[in-house]
Parts: sequence; structure tokens; C-alpha cells
Amino acid sequence: MIAEAGHYALVLALALALIQSIVPLIGARLHDAALMNVARSTALAQLLFVGASFIALVTLHVNSDFSVANVYENSHSMKPLIYKITGVWGNHEGSMLLWVSILALFGGLVAAFGNNLPLSLRAHVLAVQAWIASAFYLFILMTSNPFLRIVNPPIEGRDLNPVLQDIGLAVHPPMLYLGYVGFSISFSFAIAALLEGRIDAAWARWVRPWTLVAWIFLTLGIAMGSYWAYYELGWGGWWFWDPVENASLMPWLAGTALLHSALVMEKRNALKVWTILLSILTFSLSLLGTFLVRSGVITSVHAFATDPTRGVFILLILCLFIGGSLSLFAGRATSLKQGGLFAPISREGALVLNNLLLSVACAVVLFGTLYPLAMEALDLKISVGAPFYNLTFAPLFAILLLAVPFGPMMAWKRGDLLGVTQRLLAAGVTGLVAVAIVWGWVSGGSTLAPLAIGLGIFVIAGAITDIVERTGLVRLPFATVLHRARGLPRSAWGTAFAHAGLGVALIGIVCETTWNSEYIATMKQNDVAHVAGYDLKLDGLFSRQGPNFREMIAEFNVSRDGEAISVMTPSKRSFTTRGSSTTEAALLTRGASQLYVSLGDTTAEGSIAVRIYHKPLVLMIWWGPVLMAFGGMLSLSDRRLRVGAPKPARAKQRLQPAE
Amino acid sequence: MTRKQRRMTIIGGSLAVLALAAALVLNALRDSIVFFSTPTMVAEKHVAPGKRFRLGGLVQPGSLQRGDNLAVTFEVADGGAKLPVAFKGILPDLFREGQGVVAEGALDANGVFKADTVLAKHDETYMPKDVADALKKQGHWKDDYGAKASDGVKPAATTAQGNSQGAVR
Repeated sequence: MIAEAGHYALVLALALALIQSIVPLIGARLHDAALMNVARSTALAQLLFVGASFIALVTLHVNSDFSVANVYENSHSMKPLIYKITGVWGNHEGSMLLWVSILALFGGLVAAFGNNLPLSLRAHVLAVQAWIASAFYLFILMTSNPFLRIVNPPIEGRDLNPVLQDIGLAVHPPMLYLGYVGFSISFSFAIAALLEGRIDAAWARWVRPWTLVAWIFLTLGIAMGSYWAYYELGWGGWWFWDPVENASLMPWLAGTALLHSALVMEKRNALKVWTILLSILTFSLSLLGTFLVRSGVITSVHAFATDPTRGVFILLILCLFIGGSLSLFAGRATSLKQGGLFAPISREGALVLNNLLLSVACAVVLFGTLYPLAMEALDLKISVGAPFYNLTFAPLFAILLLAVPFGPMMAWKRGDLLGVTQRLLAAGVTGLVAVAIVWGWVSGGSTLAPLAIGLGIFVIAGAITDIVERTGLVRLPFATVLHRARGLPRSAWGTAFAHAGLGVALIGIVCETTWNSEYIATMKQNDVAHVAGYDLKLDGLFSRQGPNFREMIAEFNVSRDGEAISVMTPSKRSFTTRGSSTTEAALLTRGASQLYVSLGDTTAEGSIAVRIYHKPLVLMIWWGPVLMAFGGMLSLSDRRLRVGAPKPARAKQRLQPAE
Repeated sequence: MTRKQRRMTIIGGSLAVLALAAALVLNALRDSIVFFSTPTMVAEKHVAPGKRFRLGGLVQPGSLQRGDNLAVTFEVADGGAKLPVAFKGILPDLFREGQGVVAEGALDANGVFKADTVLAKHDETYMPKDVADALKKQGHWKDDYGAKASDGVKPAATTAQGNSQGAVR
């Protein structure tokens, strides 16, 4: 009953989306406010029905209703409640339902909070949203219906893949989807602007918060996924340049570029065409990511079972939307008027450079992701991995990072490169000192590592310099500084935090890859392993029964210079239903560094294979993105973004006579 | 500066960055790309020792031998040919004889494949796609692999990294 209701709600949502796709556009053509307002109610109703459908699926999973194929295949009655819920999106059908639910959520948000948008713009935006939604509802209903029943219901389910039975699944996919799908809003805005043939600074001001929200979630989602892979897969890798990871990185790069170009458009009314193009490209890359993950064309950590019809269907959606939007762009872009002028050396110029490097870096990742596919068509199997990206992506990003501190300190329209360089002198010197210290202090590892750390320090110091300059710290009396700091727009603080986050992440990445020490051996009881100054003594092996697994736990006593620090208990879980096992690594955090222990196989003599890593400053890799997201949130809370744009619209409303 | 000059500066800058990226990519394509081979392809092509590639096939039943200090040797077969593989480290959770495996490394002077990475997937029915394709092509594909692989499960990779790992991070 619940399954049928959920299915029916989804069909209704499709019907509503179809209405929303067409009626508001007719309304806009006829200048009929009532017809245009249909978009608002249908978007909210659509959210209601998809929400109901999603809740239905969650209920089925929680109730362990194994007469539904999706529940049978991915759940187990003994599974803890949290994994019964998260298991909903731990499979193809459920994750697509989550995808459309989030799409409807964003549409609903625009409908509910977009009161200050011009009526026809809102109608267009919501109509474009509905096109995307309709395509994906059709996809779900025709190829991946999560509500299919089984004729003879089995008593017990097949359980969720053990690797996914982790709190990471509760957070990572929803975050990532909020990011991916969030970019659909800037896409819809771009298409709406092209359809209307009108675009101005106010448009950028409306688009920027939406892009920023999507970007914040995507940043956190990627970081979360990376940390999850790090502790769950058992060998301490945190980024694999796996096609699916690239699929999330590409929209992030394009989205970051979009954030910056929208800034130029909002402030200076320039780069209009480019901003529109970036909006289209960012969401296209999100769609491409969905295609890569869902179609199974690429073997990857994330690939669900392959089904050709699904692949073809998503490819069709992909071609339709990317092809359609780019043709529309080609046809209409020239009609958009060019805006403000600027000299190459200026804030705008710096932001253009940022956009250039980000989009080229994105293109490199796209090439590296698709090249193996192209070669496969020529019957050559290759893999493009870290060495490729180290030689291509890394240098481009290094140039970008070198330029990062200069950008926010440049003046709009015409900048003074020499003046900025002088003001950044202290930051530069700090970076160089860091290079010298690291060089002298640490032996071994790549010669590039100290330089990269210096670069990271330079970026952080540059972000601090910007704030120091703006508040007049050092130069002015303290009271004035405080006053200025309070008066500083939150977006300036946001910029500083986000840019500093880049530096923090870079330092973490460099330290982890260069000075990671590892120890792999078989250990017996009372054996001691020495890793990076720590002594790990294997106290013994125990076994324990979990809710739907048995686990073997190894207990390590960790000490340093004879002083006991902690006990680490890595384990190996075997899941009877699937006959598979997972490695649960044990992590010990010391400052920003971590000790990492995971287990291998036991041998006949009662010893066990053990992998121990010491990962210096590894946590900075994830602190960086968290800082970036925090910066994004600060910028989002900037009052200019909230109250700036709507004013004219509201003023107009007030002038209307009360009837 | 006139409007035209400004535009030319920006276009010039863009082209410079694009050219740089293209140069980097072309340079990287020369030696950082790893090819995939099966034992048959290795036998036919006479791959030079020291050249890195990915080897895929099935672990020959009965060939797995564990030595001291986590040293492991096994043979990878694809129905046509066999190739001995040496690896030092912890094998992935689901490494088993008779199942698909992908190893990355290079041949040594004696024709033994020294692997520094061994990849298996986290599902007992999973067959790496490279291996499946190669087996299909050579006619050693059994239909039940396909039936098993389309169960709707999500295989996740586990990777074993050897002690001598360097380039593959």
C-alpha cells in the first residue's frame, strides 16, 4: 500500500512538473500573471508529492518490507535503524529519488522565497527547473522504479553493502546532491535570462546566493566523501582521481569559477556572456557526473550495477540539456549587451585569470576522465591516474594559488600591481621563510614539497594581509581597527577564510603525500611496531558479535617514549548475509596528524597482517574545505546579498494603492 | 589602452593559459598513462621489462604462495597464457583464487610481474570490467559472471599497496 502510494505520488509529481514546464512559459508570452503564477503553486505541490514519495520509500526501508524489490536487495531486518534509513540512497533507485527530491526542494525554495524576483523571470526559472525534473521523473519511472514489488516476498533481505554501512553514507550523498542539484538553479536562471534576452547586475545578485549555497554543500560533500574513503577503505588513501571523484570535482571547479565571475557581473556588469556560459557548463558537468556514476560506463569505486537502458536514457537527457542549452546560448548570447570596461591589471582582470585557470584545470580533469573512454572505443585500455594529474592539474593550480592573494587586494577597474606586491611583501617573505625552515628541518621527500608548503603559507598569509589592510591593523589605533573590522562586509571575511582554506588544504596534502610513513607486517601478540616515534604493541585479538556482522578486534597499546598514550582497536567485520567483509581502521588523532591502523588477514599461526600509517598534518586536508565552506557561509550571510537586490521591487509594491 | 587592446590582452592571456595546459597534457600523456594488458597480450607483445602496465585476469587456482614477511606470489591467467606475479604487502579483502584481479607494476628481467598495487573489488561476484572485457573477447566468458554481476549491488574497490609503492599515489 505504501509502495503504491509512493509510486502514485511520483507519477503525480511528473504530471505537475509537465504542467510547470509549459503553462508558465505561455503565461510569460501572454503577459498573464495568473498563468505565470501557476509555476509557484506547481513547484510547491511538486515538492510535496516528491517528498511524500521519498518518505514512502524511507518508511518501506524502516519497516523492512521485503515485498518491495528495492528493500529486499538493500536491506536486512537486523540492520541498525540509521542504516535502514541511509540505505534508502545507498542504491541506484533510491539515490535517484533523493536526486529529484532535492531538485524539487530547490524549486520549492525558489517558489517560496523568490517573491522579490520579477514575475516573468521566476516563471521562466521554474519552468526550466520543471524540464529537468520531468526528464528525471521519467527516468526513474521508466528505468529505475524503487517501488517495484516482488511476487513472492522473501522473509529476509540481502543487506546493504557493508562498506556503505557507515555514518558517511548518511552525510556524503545528500551533501553532494545538494551541491550537484543546487547548480540547477543557476542553470535555470541562465536559461531564463537567455529566453528573456535580458540580463543585468540584479540577475547576478539573485544567482550568486543560490550558487554559493550549492558550492558550500558541494565543497563539504566532496571533503566528507574523501574523509569517508580515507577511514573506510582501509589503506589511508583520500583521493584516487577516480572518475566519479572527478565527476564531483569538475562541477566544483566550474562552480568556483562561476562564483567569481558572478561577482564581476554583480559589481561591474561585465563578463555577462561568460557567466551565463559558466552557469550552463557547471550544471552540465553535474549532469555528466550523474551520467558517469549512474550509467556504469566507467568502472569505479562508486559504480552501481550497470544497466544499458539506464545509461542510454541518461545519455539522452544529457545530450538534450547540454546540447539544447548550448545551442540556445549560441543563438542568443550575442544579443546580451556588453558591460563595464576594465584594464587587464585590475580586480576584474584577476577574476578573469581565476576563471581562466579554474576552467582550464576543469578541462584537464575532464580530458583525463574521458580520455580512457575514448581510447576504449579504439580498443586500447589505459588508466589515467595520479601521475597524469600531478603533471597537469597540479602546475595549473600552483599558478592559481600564487595569484590568489593578489586578487582581493586589487582595485576594481584599474589595479596597481606594484602597490599590491608591496603590500603582499610580508606575506611573501613569510612564505619564503617557511620554505627555508622546511628545507632545513626536514630531510627526504620531494624537493618540491617545501616550495609547495611555502606557497600554502603565502596563500594563508595573503588572506590575513588582506584583512589587516582593510581594517588598518598595525597602522591605526586599536579602537578604529575594531570599528573598521565590524564595518567590513561579511563577504570580505568570507573571501579571506575561503582563500586561507585553500592554503590549509594544500599544506595538508603536501605533508600527507610527502612524509607519510607506513609499516606493513605480520604481528603476533606482544609484538611492537615502531612508526614515526610511536610504539604500537599488539595486546591481543578478540572477536565480538555485532547486530548483523561478526568482528575481530585487535587491541594496540600506543605509547611514545615509554609513555602510554591510548589504545587503538582496528577491526575486521564479516557480514554473513553478503559473505563479505570490511576493514574498520582505527584512527588516533594527535594535533592535525593521525595514526592509522588497519588489519589484513590472519595466518595459521595466530598472527595477523597489520598496516600502520603515520600521516602528518593529514587533517588539514579536510580542515581546508571546512574553512572554505565557512567562508562561503559568511559571505552568504552578508546583508548586501539578502536585502540589496529586492529593494526596488518592494518599493514598487508599496506604491500601489491599497484596494 | 583602447578597448581593442584590452580585449586583445585578455584573449592573448587566455590563449597562453590554454597553450600551457595543452603542453602539460601532451607531456603527461607521454609517460604517465598506464596501459592495460592480459597475460596473452603480454606474451604476444613482448612488453619490455620496467615498463609499467596494468595486468588483469583470473588468479590461477592453486598458484597462491605466501612467503616470509608478507611476500606473495601467484599466477594470473586469462585462459590463453599465464604470468607469474610477485607482490609484497596485504592483499585486498576479497582477493581469492579463481577470481578476477587487476595488478599494477612492471615486468622484471626474469619475466616476473612485480606488482606494487593489487586491486580487487569488494564483492565476491564482482569481475573487474577490464578483465571481463578481455575474457569475453577471448571467448572464455562464462554467462554466470554476467548474471551475478548485475544483481544491483555496489562493489567498492579495495586496493592493496605494496611496500615498494611510490608512483601510484
